[in-house]
Amino acid sequence: MNAIETNNLTKYFGAVAAVDRLNLTVREGELFALLGVNGAGKTTTIKLLSGLLRPTDGTARVLGYDLKSELPEIKQRIAVSPQETAVAPNLTVRENMELIADIYGGDRGRVLTMLEELGLKKVEICRAKTLSGGWQRRLSIAMALVSDPKLLFLDEPTLGLDVLARRELWKVIAGLKGKVTVILTTHYLEEAEALANRVGVMGGGSLKICGTPQELMEAAGTDRFEDAFIRLAGGEMP
Amino acid sequence: MKRALCFAKRNLKEMVRDPLSLFFGIAFPILLLVLLSIINGSIPEEAHMDLFEMQKLAPGIGVFSLSFIALFAALLISKDRGSSFLLRLYTSPMTGSNFILGYLLPFLPMAAAQMIVCFGAAVILGLPLSGNLLLCIAVSLPITVVNIAIGLICGTCLSEKAVGGVCGALLTNLSAWLSGIWFSLDLIGGAFRTVAYVLPFANAVDACRAAMDGRYADILGTLWIVCAWAVGLLTVAIVIYTQKMKQK
Ligand SMILES: Nc1ncnc2c1ncn2[C@@H]1O[C@H](COP(=O)(O)OP(=O)(O)O)[C@@H](O)[C@H]1O
Ligand SMILES: [Mg+2]
Repeated sequence: MNAIETNNLTKYFGAVAAVDRLNLTVREGELFALLGVNGAGKTTTIKLLSGLLRPTDGTARVLGYDLKSELPEIKQRIAVSPQETAVAPNLTVRENMELIADIYGGDRGRVLTMLEELGLKKVEICRAKTLSGGWQRRLSIAMALVSDPKLLFLDEPTLGLDVLARRELWKVIAGLKGKVTVILTTHYLEEAEALANRVGVMGGGSLKICGTPQELMEAAGTDRFEDAFIRLAGGEMP
Repeated sequence: MKRALCFAKRNLKEMVRDPLSLFFGIAFPILLLVLLSIINGSIPEEAHMDLFEMQKLAPGIGVFSLSFIALFAALLISKDRGSSFLLRLYTSPMTGSNFILGYLLPFLPMAAAQMIVCFGAAVILGLPLSGNLLLCIAVSLPITVVNIAIGLICGTCLSEKAVGGVCGALLTNLSAWLSGIWFSLDLIGGAFRTVAYVLPFANAVDACRAAMDGRYADILGTLWIVCAWAVGLLTVAIVIYTQKMKQK
């Protein structure tokens, strides 16, 4: 089964097509990077697939469920780590995790597991707002994982982080490979290249090309991922 | 329901861990109470000025302090809207009523705590301890709901900055001037008095004072107006929140 299948998924804001007849397939278990410049439609795609926005047109199946008619089933099984850090500022790291665990009705046992797996144990009693940007992102991802989702959306997880924090977070994300299907959006080429099993290049709201980083470089006739991206996206650089 | 309670618990923590709410909710009313009882002590008896006597002052300041509930609620919600935290919760299985209950419930214990602390301070300052104090707290429930509803509406519609102005400055001034706490509305009379008694604040203060004095028959005469406002504003708040949530 595919984790995601969209069929001409479209979202208009007024006259602007933020997502334009998108046909995207993400396989179960893979780490899929949605790569594109700012304004390409990545965030809107995630919002559509997580039920935050209603599509103007087209259909989608998420984890086998129909996006329009079976949204509650989908919501119980997915998790989103939004583009901006989304934590409750005055709650501690642990309380943030417990809140999400409770909302999904899952067991709190996973809170401890996730705290340990993401290296958050040592800051568990710190208020979220006192953490640095990198650690807040880490918490944000941990909160998304605590409900044991089948499908995880990470929207620009390393945006605005310094190089060290980014590399640290990469390790965390790479550690998710094989455990959960991950859709990661990014406009950092090296991020997509380093982490993803497959990459979809988005531009102007639709998918330009899709494949492993190797396949994309072959399709563009170059051995540098950056050149491949420029040729395939056909747009200016981020 | 369990989800609403978890969310309510988070909101309560978020509020009580904010020094702003502790200052305006708890410390500021006590300060007012102490200040005015000192002023009252220096008013000569011949002036026949009983407005600042503890029996009248405590319910007034208690009810006034509840207008900060609107500020706390509005700040909490507008902050959540401003960050992506709410977006994250919107992708969870939480329903609209989970959100509304979760935002509403934590302010009930907060309001009760504010009243208890205010009356506690008043008792220390000379107010006789009586069962009527408990009745007073119960009578303040409708105005609490009014303030929560105003907070929900402002927090849903306004930015964090605007909330500070509208709920922090405008509303608290409105509820102060039109409440009959600081000067007698009967002395002013006219349109000012009429407007004040259409709005809920003065009615809530009067109902609370009646409860405090043990004039039980007089409570409902003014309290029903507050109740009507509470039901009306809460309905508006629920409609607006639900609409806004759909647009997300
Ligand atoms: N709520 C909105 N209202 C109007 N236009 C929007 C809204 N959200 C996004 N857009 C527009 O849709 C396009 C795609 O945006 P977005 O999905 O955020 O891109 P990305 O995440 O790839 O940077 C942009 O042109 C953006 O301006
Ligand atoms: Mg984006």
